[in-house]
Amino acid sequence: MKKELTCIICPRGCALTVTENDGVWTATGNACPRGATYGVAEATHPTRTITTLVRVKNRVDTMLSVKTENPIAKERIPELMRLIHQTSALAPVKAGKVILEDACGSRIIATRDVE
Amino acid sequence: MIAHDIVVVGGGPAGMAAAVAAYDRGVNDVVILDREETMGGILRQCVHNGFGLHKLGRELTGPEYAAHYAAEVKKRGIRTLSETMVTSITPDLLVTATSTRGIQKIQARAVILAMGCRERARGALNICGTRPAGVYSAGTAQKLVNCEGYLVGKRVVILGSGDIGLIMARRMTLEGAKVAAVCEILPYSGGLKRNIVQCLEDYHIPLYLSTTVSEIHGNERLEGVTIAQVDENRRPKPETARFIPCDTLLLSCGLIPENELSRAAGVAIDRRTGGAAVDQFRQTSVPGIYACGNVLQVHDLVDYVSDEAEIAGRAAAARVLEEAPTGETVETEPGSGLRYVLPQRVMKTEEPVDLFLRVTRPFGKLKFVVKAGERVLATASRPVASPGEMERLRIPAGALTDGVEKIVVELEEEA
Amino acid sequence: MRYDVVIAGCGVIGAMTARELSRYDLKVCVLEKENDVSMGSSRANSGIIHGGYDPVPGTLKAEMNVKGVPLLYEAARELNVPHRQNGSMVCAFGAEEESAIKALYERGMKNGVKGLRLLKGAQARELEPSLSDKLTAALLVPNGGIISPYELTVAAIGNAMDNGVELKRNFEICRVIQEGDGFAVQSTDQEVVRGRIFVNAAGAFTDHIAKMLHDCDFTIIPRGGEYMILDKEVGNTVSRTIFQVPTKEGKGILVCPTAHGNLMTGPTAAEVPTTESRETTREGLDTVARLAKKSVPSVDFSKVITSFAGVRSSVAGGDFIIRLSKKVPGLIHLAAIDSPGLTSCVAIARRAVELAEQAGLKLTLKEGWDGTRPDPEAFRKMTDEEKDHFIKEHPDYGHIVCRCEGVSEGEIRAAVRTNPGALDVDGVKRRTRSGMGRCQGGFCGPYVMRLISEETGTPLEEITKCGGASRMICGGRIGEGAVK
Repeated sequence: MKKELTCIICPRGCALTVTENDGVWTATGNACPRGATYGVAEATHPTRTITTLVRVKNRVDTMLSVKTENPIAKERIPELMRLIHQTSALAPVKAGKVILEDACGSRIIATRDVE
Repeated sequence: MIAHDIVVVGGGPAGMAAAVAAYDRGVNDVVILDREETMGGILRQCVHNGFGLHKLGRELTGPEYAAHYAAEVKKRGIRTLSETMVTSITPDLLVTATSTRGIQKIQARAVILAMGCRERARGALNICGTRPAGVYSAGTAQKLVNCEGYLVGKRVVILGSGDIGLIMARRMTLEGAKVAAVCEILPYSGGLKRNIVQCLEDYHIPLYLSTTVSEIHGNERLEGVTIAQVDENRRPKPETARFIPCDTLLLSCGLIPENELSRAAGVAIDRRTGGAAVDQFRQTSVPGIYACGNVLQVHDLVDYVSDEAEIAGRAAAARVLEEAPTGETVETEPGSGLRYVLPQRVMKTEEPVDLFLRVTRPFGKLKFVVKAGERVLATASRPVASPGEMERLRIPAGALTDGVEKIVVELEEEA
Repeated sequence: MRYDVVIAGCGVIGAMTARELSRYDLKVCVLEKENDVSMGSSRANSGIIHGGYDPVPGTLKAEMNVKGVPLLYEAARELNVPHRQNGSMVCAFGAEEESAIKALYERGMKNGVKGLRLLKGAQARELEPSLSDKLTAALLVPNGGIISPYELTVAAIGNAMDNGVELKRNFEICRVIQEGDGFAVQSTDQEVVRGRIFVNAAGAFTDHIAKMLHDCDFTIIPRGGEYMILDKEVGNTVSRTIFQVPTKEGKGILVCPTAHGNLMTGPTAAEVPTTESRETTREGLDTVARLAKKSVPSVDFSKVITSFAGVRSSVAGGDFIIRLSKKVPGLIHLAAIDSPGLTSCVAIARRAVELAEQAGLKLTLKEGWDGTRPDPEAFRKMTDEEKDHFIKEHPDYGHIVCRCEGVSEGEIRAAVRTNPGALDVDGVKRRTRSGMGRCQGGFCGPYVMRLISEETGTPLEEITKCGGASRMICGGRIGEGAVK
């Protein structure tokens, strides 16, 4: 198995080729060792921290910014957004408050205060 | 009229960090004036993450980064006046501000400019066609979506691949809009690689390089745009024109430091940065007026805004405490391949001096050489350099001796 | 109920006619198809008060222009409309154009224009140092001026409304019939308005309206004009309005300050496909830039903040059409009002009132008519002490919403509340300049939307840029989920 990726570690943006041989993944095209580590991780189990919003129900046109506490699997982003879109919050909220206990393997927490 | 030692104009990341640094340097009478309801500036609408890694050692979202500094401001009891718009600053440091409480005049002993920047608007880009609803600068759309909770449109084209445009491509997609294309007039993107991958590639949004929006269509709401590849003079090639239906066009075509107040105060502006010409202490051409953050030069990372603000804050405090260094100053100059060098002048002191600069186009392996006449003051090699990444070079302590009359930064490409 | 006069169209001609009629004891209604007034030629034009040297002697244009200049200055003062008598200059490059401006000079003398002077190139450059070295002579027109055309229209109809005139917006006329000794006017929404006299001031649509009454012997030829507006930073590049020698198509590309201190250049003159054409084109804007530099080489086009296109409503004959219909009693045509229509607007409006009287309308001066209008910029003109005092009484005025033009929340709310109230974002912009500065609404846009929403009770999602389908938001509200 073979995957083509762009390295995001530095502005150079190396074009990486990450290949699997007998369960072992190796990267080529990287200019530095950090690129290889990134390439293998991104090819095998890509994850993302998702930042988004939920509406504050008891305030006029007020949004609460939220994020996944930990990175989640990239392929679960659409599922996460469906969950988020079914969710609202109530003020007052403090940054760090848990808005959803389990969303695709992470808690969803507020990233700002709403009084 | 009231008096304050230091007046900070703008309560975004630059203003807050400058105020905190000034306080910590020993001046307690610092006041921050900001036009919005709460401090934080543009960070309040930047709900994405990627802030703080360099400065605070952890990855934060915009509101979290702002909250960190707001807490530092509060902890020190620094006064903040919100919904207060500074309308004028005089060369003798009289600050006039308007708020719902009336017109306030504040005599300062030092003023720190931290007003940030604005986005280049459609008019300045001179895109022809009609003038329908649905053409927004990316930041305006970001405010409507992230702060007010309204999705400005459902089918989107983005012009400009700067980071705000890329971030908005992802934001609109996550909220259910379809981003049909991101067009970049240059042959390369000005955005971070990480954003290209995580905001566009993750969502299969096409990025068209050397391509621009050549015409806007629709009489009431936007109905579509014509995009076309551009020639070497950045003029659209008619034979490549094609129509993309969309109800929204977001413009992310560069940021312009907001220096109307500075100009009116008599501050000399560097045409290359669009910000004040300063020395290494971030003092402008008007003694006692300092500048930092995006009003001085447009930064890539908020962390560096905070760094720069601390320099200005400490220097303003030193002036108030009558401990500011004095000495002969020399000018700096960008050599070929460099868009600008900041500071624009350097006072000769015993301390090392950091120079910030940007290249004009992407380069491969290269070396920056800082020279005074034939003398080399510093060199730095880089594997690559791109206009989207600000470079930092250090002139070591003791290098600025009597013979130095002008500092030129040159760029040498290496094989 | 039946109105004494129904006016079709609320551009500067319809608005000024309404204001003139409001002096008398009459029931007057103005019908406008758009969400705001001044949406046609009166919105997008040069805003020049022309001296009167250009129209051919003996034409209606010459008569109205020369009569109109002092009347317009007077109305602008009464209505507190931004304007300035900055004077104009017509540039000549070489012998051929020099004889052309000499002809203009003579024509102006015949028309009765005062103070015209022919200058040598050097004399002209002494007055306007930015003029090209290649300029060989110029015609100086001291009575020329600049005025904000849409603010004039807003003020005129606003003053008319304060004096009892009614304005119906979003009233698109689809049918006009003669009914008894008057007219019945029907909108596309099936509303009917009846009146004794019908004034056709529908600008680009005057031929359209005339056809509905089977009295059309003219065809409007739409001619587009593209303009660029530059930052106030370069607003003082010239102090007078700098013209080139006029041609058949128009008065050439001009360079002038605007009533608000920006620099303006334009217009092109090209026939456009429809009266609704509002596109700027690459070629058009390039032409403006190239020709503007011919008279004023130092115009800095990197300082452009916006560009726009307007449409002139011309006819083949070239003269204004200001007359009673020969076929339909009580019908007045005010058509083909292209340049110098803005300059002539008060004169035309007065002529319209005379025509209405000829058609049998009885004119009795109204008690208590007030032709003045409070200055919408009064706050901005105050000293800091006065402002401080005013803000303490009206805190809204201390909240600056538009930072580029320094417009306060109080002024924006007033623009929505004052006749004719702004109902959309562009309407607020034309009345207050909010969003007209260098950021073009980037920062203040969302605030302005919110203020219109609050003042009019319209949900934020339904706020438009300029009425109709021009909604600012078309993706709906996000995050309407339940609390978990």
